[in-house]
Amino acid sequence: MGRSSTVKETQALFQSLRSAYAATPNNLKIIDVYVGFAVLTAVIQVVYMAVVGSFPFNSFLSGVLSCIGTAVLAVCLRIQVNKDNKEFKDVAPERAFADFILCNLVLHLVIMNFMG
Amino acid sequence: MASPESTINGPTKAAGADSKSLRNAFGGVIAFIILVLIGVLAFSIRLFSVIKYESVIHEFDPYFNYRVTQFLSKNGIYDFWNWFDDRTWYPLGRVIGGTVYPGLTLTAGTIWKVVNSLNIPLSVETVCVFTAPIFSAFASWAAYLLTKEVKGPGAGLTAAALLAMVPSYISRSVAGSYDNEAVAIFALVFTFYLYIKTLNTGSLFYATLNALAYFYMVCSWGGYTFIINLIPMHVLLCIVTGRYSSRLYIAYAPLVVLGTLLAALVPVVGFNAVLTSEHFASFLVFIIIHVVALAYYIKGILSPKMFKVAVTLVVSVGLAVCCAVIAILIAVVASSPTKGWSGRSLTLLDPTYASKYIPIIASVSEHQPPTWPSYFMDINVLAFLVPAGIIACFMPLSDSSSFVILYIVTSVYFSGVMVRLMLVLAPAACILSGIALSEAFNVLTRSIKFQLPGIAGNSTSEENGSSSVVAPSDVSKTEKTEEVAKEKPVKKNRKKEKENVEKKPTPSKTERRLLVLPLEASVIAVLLLVLLGAFYVVHCVWAAAEAYSAPSIVLTSQSNDGGLHVFDDFREAYSWLSHNTDVDDKVASWWDYGYQTTAMANRTVLVDNNTWNNTHIATVGTAMSSPEKQAWEIFHSLDVKYVLVVFGGLVGYPSDDINKFLWMVRIGGGEFPHIKEPDYLRDGQYRIDAQATPTMLNCLMYKLSYFRFVETDGKGFDRVRRTEIGKKHFKLTHFEEVFTTHHWMVRIYKLKPPRNRIRGKTKKSKSSVRRSVSSKRDVKGKRNPWH
Repeated sequence: MGRSSTVKETQALFQSLRSAYAATPNNLKIIDVYVGFAVLTAVIQVVYMAVVGSFPFNSFLSGVLSCIGTAVLAVCLRIQVNKDNKEFKDVAPERAFADFILCNLVLHLVIMNFMG
Repeated sequence: MASPESTINGPTKAAGADSKSLRNAFGGVIAFIILVLIGVLAFSIRLFSVIKYESVIHEFDPYFNYRVTQFLSKNGIYDFWNWFDDRTWYPLGRVIGGTVYPGLTLTAGTIWKVVNSLNIPLSVETVCVFTAPIFSAFASWAAYLLTKEVKGPGAGLTAAALLAMVPSYISRSVAGSYDNEAVAIFALVFTFYLYIKTLNTGSLFYATLNALAYFYMVCSWGGYTFIINLIPMHVLLCIVTGRYSSRLYIAYAPLVVLGTLLAALVPVVGFNAVLTSEHFASFLVFIIIHVVALAYYIKGILSPKMFKVAVTLVVSVGLAVCCAVIAILIAVVASSPTKGWSGRSLTLLDPTYASKYIPIIASVSEHQPPTWPSYFMDINVLAFLVPAGIIACFMPLSDSSSFVILYIVTSVYFSGVMVRLMLVLAPAACILSGIALSEAFNVLTRSIKFQLPGIAGNSTSEENGSSSVVAPSDVSKTEKTEEVAKEKPVKKNRKKEKENVEKKPTPSKTERRLLVLPLEASVIAVLLLVLLGAFYVVHCVWAAAEAYSAPSIVLTSQSNDGGLHVFDDFREAYSWLSHNTDVDDKVASWWDYGYQTTAMANRTVLVDNNTWNNTHIATVGTAMSSPEKQAWEIFHSLDVKYVLVVFGGLVGYPSDDINKFLWMVRIGGGEFPHIKEPDYLRDGQYRIDAQATPTMLNCLMYKLSYFRFVETDGKGFDRVRRTEIGKKHFKLTHFEEVFTTHHWMVRIYKLKPPRNRIRGKTKKSKSSVRRSVSSKRDVKGKRNPWH
């Protein structure tokens, strides 16, 4: 009895999650897809390192950190562009995107220097 | 009561807005002028040593930095990055490019290059000497920016003025003290300012700047681990106290990723940025903040009932995963003997660690715990303004003020462990004292302003509570910075005042009265605070002039007729070495003088102040503690030609090698067990007079220090130890004296070449006899490796 109710509750949970997420605007969904892709790439790199070995370590580090870095920056962009966030309503989305580009430029400059 | 308010508010508000913007502009100009003056003050208070002595580089470590900067300016950055130095740690050498924090040398090299390309002919030495005062001016401006973010411009200006003069910071940044801390403190305060600015505005642009400033800090000083542990601690504190916001995420997450990458770029840090325990805190909090962010996001899009279901599901699954991950992590960390921390970090966490395990770290005088008087010497008045500042930070508590409180608490703890870290306490103390003084002045001047007789605004405030909010802008001409400063924390008060006005004027009148002190008391209090500031200034100038301006390579003393007697023995000895020995000759001395010997005398040394190889230092210590023959053999095996000792017995210089000798014995005995410290002590006391042990009287250090010393006054009275020496007349068999400076402070000896012929028994039979005897004794494993 208890188990079926928890199963039903988890199903209801996932239903509500899905419906709530479907209501988000399209531009935010694009950013979410990008974040998911970056994290997936990082996971693939970690699995590859586990199989092949970690030499050269700086290349592995730069690869994984670049994926995680762009994911984090994309999440920051999503926070600033999201219209539901009242703290950021006076920040124009173009300004947020420009900051995102600048930070990505610095990140990738460092990555290219570190990759070796 | 409503209509009179609005008619009073209307026209005065329009006029008030215009005059307010004019006053704001005027205030901005005054603040700018004050900042320029603070910069000039910070620069000039550090020039005492240049005026009293000369423009020379001080102490020991700055000579290494100066030599590296010379190399950089002569050979360019690629050669500097790949430099392998073979003139130090002979025969091991040292990889300079990979073991030095390049921030300071690159900064000075850049300044030199820019200045010379503008055709201003400054030498490298001048640029090196004056780098520290310039960056202390920058650090004051950075402290202004940081405190302005926390409390407002008034507090910012006070904090900047305090930091320009605080003796603790002066001690490590006088003109001539060309050491890492000169630029590192500026980088520290600037990084904190950018972090707080990102936290307050939530802009990714400032987050990028924050990561770049952190990169500059990593380049400059090993103390960057303080930043990468303090910021995660603050983030955790904000999360735990319920102050999580998306600005916190923007401030922290990019900093971790970019900061780790940038830290790994610096060769001296390298992969330690991800592998050592000093950085694990940042990764842990990185994971925690993502979990918290996800939790808040899901809470935002779900209904509360569904959210509860989600929480129970996640907690049950997540707990199992967490336990597995933590178990793996503990296994990995526990497998290393120091749990992944470096020796220096462990001494900070456990102050007794170094004295038990690493005598070299324990022997440095800067690593000793400070005494109580040193707090009042180094931060003076700020020591009791800091608690007032902590209370002022609590009303109201914001993210930035909680950060400053955490900063002061951690830096107070670390300053109690090592006297060298009083330097990290100094900016925190200045910021909090600036806040305290500014708040005190706010309250007192407000009291005076509201009670000054014959001012129109005050009479209306008797009838009408709300106009007293507008009255200040009518009446005051000088408190504009107060207004700007009070806007943020006073927003809540203003709302409360408006509510009170709608009910009745009398409660607001009593509320206003409570916030105001009596007129005479406030006037006296303002005068007393100004007097306090005057005492602080007097103390700082005295400390800068008398206590912290000694270059320690040149000593002075007052002679009987009031003149100044100069002891320039160190430079005399180094120039003798550079003129009278071959370029490739090796010089052996204790590690204190290594940097100075390579920089000024340009000779190869065995050990220097970097102290990275304990065994090599222990070898030199053993040689100094052994009898002449064994010491000669040790030095001969290392190709040493000259031995240099520092002796203060003739003039009373207390930091000489005989006073440091017990540390040589301890460090040598740590590696080579045949050197035992009790052999050199008589009844547990360290003596060099007739009661000294024979081991002490026969060791190389004693002989080299006191050779022919009895010829100076006939009795051999040592002015530092205040006794006559034990063995007065002796000859040196394996060394010969080649130079002694004017005041006998530096003595240089040459190794005698090995004998061609041996009279009497041949060496072969001697050694075979000895070997058969010693083979019975070496079962215990305490053999002297040089027999």
